[in-house]
Amino acid sequence: MAQTTEQRYRVAPVRSRGREWPFPLNLYQSAVGRKWVMALTGMGLIGFVLIHMVGNLHVYEGPARMYEYAESLRTIGGGLVPEGGVLWLMRLGLLTMFVVHLHSAITLSRMSGNSSEKAGRISGAKKYEGGRDHIAATFASRTMRWTGPIIALFVLFHLADLTWGWWLGGDFVPGDPYHNVAESLGYLPVAIIYVVANIALAWHIFHGAWSMFQSLGVNNPRYNHLRRTLATTLAGLILVGNLSFPILAQAGLIDEDGRMCPVGEVEGNACLAEQGHGAAATGHGTDSTGSVSP
Amino acid sequence: MGGGHGETISVTLRVWRQDGPDEPGRFDVHHQTISTDASFLEMLDLLNEELNAAGEEPVAFESDCREGICGTCGVMINGRAHGPQKATATCQLHMREFSDGDEIVIEPFRAAGFPVVRDLAVDRSPLDRIIEAGGYISVGTGAASDANLTPVPKVAADQAFDAAACIGCGACVAACPNSAAQLFTSAKIGHLGLLPQGQAERWSRTETMVETMEEYFGSCTNHGECSEACPKEISLDFIAFMNRDYIKAKVRNRALTGQH
Repeated sequence: MAQTTEQRYRVAPVRSRGREWPFPLNLYQSAVGRKWVMALTGMGLIGFVLIHMVGNLHVYEGPARMYEYAESLRTIGGGLVPEGGVLWLMRLGLLTMFVVHLHSAITLSRMSGNSSEKAGRISGAKKYEGGRDHIAATFASRTMRWTGPIIALFVLFHLADLTWGWWLGGDFVPGDPYHNVAESLGYLPVAIIYVVANIALAWHIFHGAWSMFQSLGVNNPRYNHLRRTLATTLAGLILVGNLSFPILAQAGLIDEDGRMCPVGEVEGNACLAEQGHGAAATGHGTDSTGSVSP
Repeated sequence: MGGGHGETISVTLRVWRQDGPDEPGRFDVHHQTISTDASFLEMLDLLNEELNAAGEEPVAFESDCREGICGTCGVMINGRAHGPQKATATCQLHMREFSDGDEIVIEPFRAAGFPVVRDLAVDRSPLDRIIEAGGYISVGTGAASDANLTPVPKVAADQAFDAAACIGCGACVAACPNSAAQLFTSAKIGHLGLLPQGQAERWSRTETMVETMEEYFGSCTNHGECSEACPKEISLDFIAFMNRDYIKAKVRNRALTGQH
């Protein structure tokens, strides 16, 4: 009888624990483990964003160097692998990290949502009538669920814009990143989208890069004060670097008018060779779309 | 912040009233004139005496030791767990923290894992489920062993003591936007996991306590609201300690057949 009394007063679990999956998949089953996976994929994605930003700085060296940089990405691995092989492997890894990061974020926030459900019988959501003010939580930490989707949508936009060239139409030249960037970011509404999205990205990293250490359990009183510094620095670097592209494109620094050579066939292209050596070549090859090898 | 000693202030209380777990709740408004020397709970006691005298139902709230060490009391005061004073449980909060004419909103700790029993009293037994899952050490009984037989490094003792300061009041869960119980659970895991006596069951304890916690509570997003609300100022570092131990437990237990 004692047992029935016990049963009656037990608070029912909000969710039940399912069958345990085999290791290491079981790590993803628990929220703590899933958060660990979120931190690891987040770290990988920050690494990508950083490298992507630094690589794109080549745009300031002019069309020729930008083209060389883009080409060099396809030839990572040299002659050992088919051209673009390593690039595609990296893309696959990136896509996996992105999807897993997204999936863990969505499922974990749903978990937190139903842990707070019906908690206040006012609106169903967790809310205190007494004007609950956040004391420790930063604006960035509270808006992860907004900056995240903004970034995800922006990634799709960015791919459609500069990888697939959906709306540049005839102005999109596959294999000529300088031209495409100048065309796309030179258009004010697009530049504004890039600015907004990159502010969201830096905001997201400002909390994420700090939170990552906590989720991974990397915690040492000797170095803990550096976690905030690191997150701020990373977010700042990415913000400044990435914002420079739309802003300077609008300012006319990334501009087709400065274009002197057609791209393609770097070797044997006299114009490029000349430009590559820093010579102030002028007057030839101003047609940027005509002689491009696709 | 309010008046000095012996002053009297008038405050307007908006108190959450709920007749039972499945009843709809509402706010009742009461006006109280009270000495600034009174504690917050004494103020509620006086309110209840008035309600009793008027033949109305008194406000249900929990308290026990009233000296800040048992973890029984705890309400949201103006949206903050245990009220405006840092590192203070509700029972240790005094009316001198408020000013004349203040409106004070009093609500229960809210989380799906903390269903309201009545008014301001919530059922925090899910925290007991977490403790049952491993928040103990197994000791063979018999003759009492010598004191200090097991050497404990001073730093470990200090850290464990900081974690052991947790009174299990549930303010961390109430303050957390995700209704996560990470601070509570990690304090218990840290307390035992740092001491030599807790080593034998360290990995299975972490595993089962974390997984039981997740049956009732949300997921941590490292806001830090819990530590801010904690009357014992438990550090977020224990959450990191727990996270690391959980992953270690999952990896390590495969090799150690002695533990599951």
